[in-house]
Amino acid sequence: MDLKTIATPHVAVRYFEGGSGAPLVFLHGAGGITAQDPFLDALAKKYHVYAPLLPGYGDSEECAELRDMLDVALHYLDTLDALGLKDPILAGHSMGGMIAAEMAALDNHRFSKLALIASAGLWLDAHPIPDLFSLVPYEYPPLLFHDAEKGAALMTQGVNFDDLDWLKGFLVTNARQLGMAGRILFPIPERGLKQRLYRIRSKTLLIWGDSDRLIPPVYAQAFKKEIAGAELVSIPEAGHMLIWEQTARVVAALDRL
Amino acid sequence: MKFTWFNLMPWPYLPDDFREKNRSVWVDIDSRLFDPVKAHEVYNTYLDLMEYAASLGFDGIGCNEHHQNGYGLMPSPNLIAASLARRTKDVALVVLGNSIALYNPPVRVAEEFAMLDCISGGRLVAGFPVGTSMDTNFCYGQIPSLTREKYAEAHELIIKAWTEPKPFAFNGRYTKLRHVNIWPRPIQKPHPPVHIPGGGSVETYDFCIDNTYSYSYLSFSGYIRAKALMDGYWKRVAERGAADNSPNRAGFAQTICVADTDEEARKLYEKHVLYFYNRCLHVFPGFADAPGYRTIKTIQSGALSQYAPPRGYANVTWEELTEGGHVIAGSPETVRQRMEELIKTLRVGNIFCLFHVGDMPKEKCMHSSKLFAEKVMPKLRGLHPEWENDGRFWCHPIEQVTPGALPREAVAAE
Repeated sequence: MDLKTIATPHVAVRYFEGGSGAPLVFLHGAGGITAQDPFLDALAKKYHVYAPLLPGYGDSEECAELRDMLDVALHYLDTLDALGLKDPILAGHSMGGMIAAEMAALDNHRFSKLALIASAGLWLDAHPIPDLFSLVPYEYPPLLFHDAEKGAALMTQGVNFDDLDWLKGFLVTNARQLGMAGRILFPIPERGLKQRLYRIRSKTLLIWGDSDRLIPPVYAQAFKKEIAGAELVSIPEAGHMLIWEQTARVVAALDRL
Repeated sequence: MKFTWFNLMPWPYLPDDFREKNRSVWVDIDSRLFDPVKAHEVYNTYLDLMEYAASLGFDGIGCNEHHQNGYGLMPSPNLIAASLARRTKDVALVVLGNSIALYNPPVRVAEEFAMLDCISGGRLVAGFPVGTSMDTNFCYGQIPSLTREKYAEAHELIIKAWTEPKPFAFNGRYTKLRHVNIWPRPIQKPHPPVHIPGGGSVETYDFCIDNTYSYSYLSFSGYIRAKALMDGYWKRVAERGAADNSPNRAGFAQTICVADTDEEARKLYEKHVLYFYNRCLHVFPGFADAPGYRTIKTIQSGALSQYAPPRGYANVTWEELTEGGHVIAGSPETVRQRMEELIKTLRVGNIFCLFHVGDMPKEKCMHSSKLFAEKVMPKLRGLHPEWENDGRFWCHPIEQVTPGALPREAVAAE
């Protein structure tokens, strides 16, 4: 994966690009994405992948002008314009799914194929999504992974909480990344998407982990109800981070688009 | 020097096993621990203590704003200040303050503070905190990384509402108002003095310096640990080209316990102090600092949230708290020495004195406050003689009407 930069009206965007095949844009979740992400690698074996970072993620510049969902969705549409991508496969995980759904609802003659993977964006009172912003590190693995123990190992590679410089770096990264994510996810990850989902004309695939405890599968049903013709692919032995836990199955599911 | 008797208004009935059985004193504290009937007595006792402090000669009595918090029973400090305004005469009402990013529209703050200033006869000292992350983000739902922008806009609107004589339109990003024309207006001109509570953000230093507001460091970790932060503030005052370095540009909150002797102080106050540090500061780390609430610059400067101290306060002892300066406790002479050291080393002209600590009963609180007022405060008053007449950071009351001056009988009179 190459890390590149492209100019957009508000801010320079950093994005990963790699692979060959049909163009596919992947929008990452609130945890961000790195060049080593196994899901990106797997996608790149079949697609020409573009994975733009939300401003503030990784080493990218923050962007004060992006304050709400409309700003963010238009910013990503600008980014695709800048990349010259007219109708890529549009896929998003979690927060990225929420943004992708907004883009497809806004620019609703543009995307013929849409994949929402464990997508945020809806809220069901009977199934409140845990507060991502008040979690302390040890609380993440059981919420994010089918296998919490393996998940914890994946998350804590290279982590040393006793090292103050590492901690400061961690806090800065968190503030930059989740600070920006908070503009569309805090305090409740819902910004009125439900009443716009009817606008989506794309062939839509919903891909969900059976043991997603952050955004449980009942949310997949809620999306299915609102998007005409949407198809649901349920992945067993996978939590919210299904893209890591069942990478091959998620990539294979995209064939259905 | 201005001494404000400050009350956080803690809930005094947190159980002994509070720490073990609850994850946080704040945000998601168990509502079953609150007893509204007991609260009737708690509130009235705390208000009585504040009025008592006024009678002892403190310059100000102070309150602040917290939400869903077991150590701060004041979601609305303006209610507290309003009741005190009617029952006191000369003392400043220090409302430290209203978290202005939370009020919708923020002219509500301009209005209520103007009411307080009028009712009290110009005794309001106004505070505009950003608010802790627990209050502002987790209880009141403000988006962390937009809180400061919203705060700045609210501040601009409030000051304009206080000072602009004609109706005006305000087209903000967060507040849009066609006809801003608050009524009543504050007595104090151009507006009441403003104090800004901060916790080490460089941006807040600059904000205070540029607007001639007093910077208040409301810490629970005491004056010794505050030195580095306050040095940073004073350095910034010089760098930014402020007109002067008046100590009244700064304030500090300090827990103080006075008794006849050092030993007596420990005997009287230790358990209440430990109640506060062990139970009241038991904040779930996940609530201490929502990502985006602090600016990157502030995190890089190393200022971590005081609500998530690296070691916590679980097993803290009286010795650690008093030697470390978290608490200044002892005989009047011991307290005087340490307060003098505090005032000189931090260079502060405003002290927010915390005499009521944790579950301290009223008798002990009165004893400690009285000893301080009589035996300590007079000796500290002259520590910044050259700034005695610097009135920019304190209230300027008018000649006041006497409350309760109604005639004995209702009669039809011209």
